[in-house]
Amino acid sequence: MPVTVKIPSQLRVATGGAEEIEVEGSTVGEALDAVFLQHADLRERITQDGDLRRFVNVYVSGEDIRFQDGLETSISDGDEVTILPAVAGG
Amino acid sequence: MNEKSLRCKECGTEYELDASFVCSDCFGPLEVAYDFTGLDADEVRRRIQAGPQTIRRYADFLPIAAGASDPLCTGMTPLIRADRLAESLGLEEVWIKNDAANPTHSFKDRVVSVALARARELGFQTVACASTGNLANAVAAHASAGGFESFVFVPSNLEEQKLLATGIYDTELVGVRGTYDDVNRLCTELSQSRPWAFVNVNLRPYYSEGSKTLAYETIEQLGWELPDRIVCPVASGSLFTKISRGIREWLELGLVEGEMPAFSGAQASGCSPVATAFEEGHEVCRPQKPDTIAKSLAIGNPADGIYALEIARDTGGSVDSVTDDEIRAGIKLLAETTGVFTETAGGVTIATLAKLAAAGRIDPAERVVAYITGDGLKTLDATRESFEMSVIEPDVKSFEDEVEAVGAAN
Repeated sequence: MPVTVKIPSQLRVATGGAEEIEVEGSTVGEALDAVFLQHADLRERITQDGDLRRFVNVYVSGEDIRFQDGLETSISDGDEVTILPAVAGG
Repeated sequence: MNEKSLRCKECGTEYELDASFVCSDCFGPLEVAYDFTGLDADEVRRRIQAGPQTIRRYADFLPIAAGASDPLCTGMTPLIRADRLAESLGLEEVWIKNDAANPTHSFKDRVVSVALARARELGFQTVACASTGNLANAVAAHASAGGFESFVFVPSNLEEQKLLATGIYDTELVGVRGTYDDVNRLCTELSQSRPWAFVNVNLRPYYSEGSKTLAYETIEQLGWELPDRIVCPVASGSLFTKISRGIREWLELGLVEGEMPAFSGAQASGCSPVATAFEEGHEVCRPQKPDTIAKSLAIGNPADGIYALEIARDTGGSVDSVTDDEIRAGIKLLAETTGVFTETAGGVTIATLAKLAAAGRIDPAERVVAYITGDGLKTLDATRESFEMSVIEPDVKSFEDEVEAVGAAN
């Protein structure tokens, strides 16, 4: 299922400037893996030992995946997966 | 004015001092790094004491030019010895740092004063923020004073007092249907494409440094001495973390001598991701959906939660949580014993202090400083039904019958 992964400006250096990437996947983890296939550099920047780094937040259509099933959160056609820095606010 | 770079707190990569807040290598938070080489403690102390009666007296330790303007004259709020509160808690020495006595009645004036000075240095004309209320007040006011355009984003269900005390400054006030964490996500997304200084997003490394001045003032007001314990509210964890950083800097430079105080963090049970992680022994905070009257602390996804946990553990402190009823009781206890009327966040702080004291987790001989970060007039609903008022006819008999006689019967 095609979904859009939105890349924050701080990571676009690893995507050749791309702000959004269209990929296929039925979970967040699969969608991110598909992004990493295109932009290998991104994997190291936002994951560590197979998990998201602790300063990375990922949202599916606005909802933090930690309130859902983490990387196993299922996604459907047309969903937006947004990667954002966790260090904002307060 | 001794700042030299932005440095990633996680991997140490250094960056220029521009409007960025995230390491592009590991996504960790950026923090201002300083070069204090050659600073002489006695000379700095004299310079501080000869400085203005605002946070600008600590310019050596802030990431802005020495002469940067502070149109609202932020800081130098009273440190009050609270003997009646101490006595009621079975403690010997309790001080209240009353930061409600700031221009917009909360500690947020400190961070905004620094952020807007830096925004001007970086050439921004528009400033913005994601806020639980106090920051909204401060950004709107300081922006007007400084001639900036401003956008203020808040959860739409905020206390009316905080909305009114923001909109009056002619800011663009935007209520978002959602929690603070939703507002924060929206602002982080907007900061990617708008040429604005979001004080607590892309200017966060500068902004958060303003909180160090709460440490400096406390030390100066205690006669260049340290407290044994600090009790401080925790929302994002930034204030807690930066008070610690301020103290550490002065210890390292020899501006003050002694031991790092124990850091006791205070959260509301209805939004306690840091207290929960502390209790469960976790290094990271699992986010929560807030449900508490302490809306200014209602951050379910705290940016500096992991650092707050480290500090609490390293200093022999803790992060505890208190219920909404305990928060109301905390507000009342502070008002009745000390004459200071605080908002719900201060109720969280005092209730936590009371809880620690009652459990014997504070040595009675300790010198304790509790941080009151906002004014009670901002959260009036929390005080409803906490007392009764007599309404009488304007004659002596009415007073005798309806007030004195009733009082005597009680």
